[in-house]
Amino acid sequence: MKLKNDWPKYYKKDVVSHYCPGCGHGIVHRIVAELLEEMQVGERAICVNPAGCAVLAYLYFDIDMLESAHGRGTAMATGIKRARPDLFVFTYQGDGDLSAIGTAETIHSANRGEHITVIFINNAVYGMTGGQMAPTTLIGQETTTSPLGRNPALEGYPLHITDLVATFRGVIYAERVSLDGPAGVTRTKKAIRNAFQTQIDGLGYSIVEILSACPTNWKMSPVDSFSWIKNEMTREYTPGVLTDKRGDKK
Amino acid sequence: MNKVFISGNHAFAEAAIRAGCSCYFGYPITPQNELGEYMANHLVNNGGVFLQSESETAAINMVIGASSTGARVMTSSSSPGISLKQEGISFLAGFELPAVIVNVMRGGPGLGNIAPAQGDYFQATRGGGHGDYRTPVLAPGSVQEIADLTFEAFSIADRYRTPVMILGDGMMGQMKEPVVFPDFVKDLPEKEWALKGRGTGKSRYMASLILDPLEMERHNWKLMRKYGEIEKNEVRYESFMTDDADIIVIAYGTAARIAKGAIKRARGDGIRAGLIRPITLWPFPKKVLLDFASHISRFIVFEMSTGQMLEDVQLAIAGKAEIAFHGRPGGVIPTPAEFARYIYRENQKLKK
Ligand SMILES: Cc1ncc(C[n+]2csc(CCOP(=O)(O)OP(=O)(O)O)c2C)c(N)n1
Ligand code: SF4
Repeated sequence: MKLKNDWPKYYKKDVVSHYCPGCGHGIVHRIVAELLEEMQVGERAICVNPAGCAVLAYLYFDIDMLESAHGRGTAMATGIKRARPDLFVFTYQGDGDLSAIGTAETIHSANRGEHITVIFINNAVYGMTGGQMAPTTLIGQETTTSPLGRNPALEGYPLHITDLVATFRGVIYAERVSLDGPAGVTRTKKAIRNAFQTQIDGLGYSIVEILSACPTNWKMSPVDSFSWIKNEMTREYTPGVLTDKRGDKK
Repeated sequence: MNKVFISGNHAFAEAAIRAGCSCYFGYPITPQNELGEYMANHLVNNGGVFLQSESETAAINMVIGASSTGARVMTSSSSPGISLKQEGISFLAGFELPAVIVNVMRGGPGLGNIAPAQGDYFQATRGGGHGDYRTPVLAPGSVQEIADLTFEAFSIADRYRTPVMILGDGMMGQMKEPVVFPDFVKDLPEKEWALKGRGTGKSRYMASLILDPLEMERHNWKLMRKYGEIEKNEVRYESFMTDDADIIVIAYGTAARIAKGAIKRARGDGIRAGLIRPITLWPFPKKVLLDFASHISRFIVFEMSTGQMLEDVQLAIAGKAEIAFHGRPGGVIPTPAEFARYIYRENQKLKK
């Protein structure tokens, strides 16, 4: 009998993960690696990874990788895809990377309808730099730079950037999923599969936002983190398909 | 090919296309808009990629992406936009990715103005972005040289896997001159190191993050050895009427053209002045200046700035001769007559 959890072909062997226990990054990495294999795109894939906790993603993914400057991933991905339209190009970005410093690149690559896929890890904080407030931080959420809790009068409201880009005509597929347990893993995999397929079919831009745990900076156990995603994060960020124009394009 | 009458900005673009540039990314800014506009037509007609980005920051990162796949890539801008590109230029240097960046300089700081100036010399020759790196900088002095140096820039960039800057100014970009373009480059060699998807081979990655200081230090010294090679092989300059000169003027780009006019006037009045025109600003032609300093006591640095290349001349001459400086920053275009008067004054001092 073939074991179901074979080591994914495009995930490097003999590497020790630097991600914290319970971190969403590790789970999404595994899902992406499985899909690259199942969808047979690993050989022609290039991943642009961010400055953020996933800055070392090239140590794990066994495909060609380009590390980006903080926030510039979708501009680099644009350059790759325009130069080599035959390649399968995706970015992997955190919420600080994608929706703070990289907002302009995110919006314009989406609006141009670049034929790329964006994997967007929303953990409501800046993980790598130690848990500062992000544009996605929830109202009232305490972080190292919003120690009294995010106050909308001073710090504005959580930014719903995926909802925003989903309104663009150039964005073919956008979905938000919550990675809050085993069912979340299945949902996440299905969403990324749809997004990848959008690019494989030559339809255009796709993005998946994943509400993802950062137990370390949330100062919670992994189990409590999953509950927090389910009970708190999804109240601000409603999961679901935000746009699906694949039918219009075919 | 026949001679064509063409502007500097168009010549950058036409030469790049002929040099095999297949991707151009840029954002409009005066006085270099005609470069991108030319690309939007002609590069696309040649089967290349033209994309107007949302900012200079995005443009340089698109350059990084396209270059990582092995394409010959260009971006262009003018002073404020070049400042925005500096983070990306630092990444190009760290990744060891080739690219050609054109700066058609204007007056500054800040928005400054749109008149020709040479105030970005420090930024161009001292790296500009963060970290321990150098950027080869080429400074054309005519539209023909814009065409020739654009070819050179692509080949230096590929040979040493480094970003290369071409430093022009608003005058260089806007003026028209007759040019004979080099032929189209055919069959560029495959770039072994490029990202193409792993295929059935081994995966590779490009990263500039090197957390281990010892490993980072090794990378820094590796880059430095490459820069050493560039300093050894790529220095270029023009000598103009220097054989019998008592006074040597040092000027580049538009200022060098004005200096030539002034030197001819001064020679008409019996003053033996000559010009060294650095064509590479980094690596700077240090040795030729030091050699002159053994028998010439007076040097004049002439720039359309408050004195930036001046420091490189001071370093080169190492106190062995006197250096005078004449500068007109801010987008003012000095006349040959004005600079000739400056040469007369310096010549008077020489006699005393
Ligand atoms: C220009 C620049 N500014 C700041 C940083 C520092 N920095 C690195 S990652 C990061 C934030 C990462 O947060 P996020 O994108 O949410 O990803 P996470 O670490 O949470 O996965 C910051 C501010 C940088 N590398 N570059
Ligand atoms: S700090 Fe947060 S996002 Fe970063 S690895 Fe740890 S748990 Fe994951």
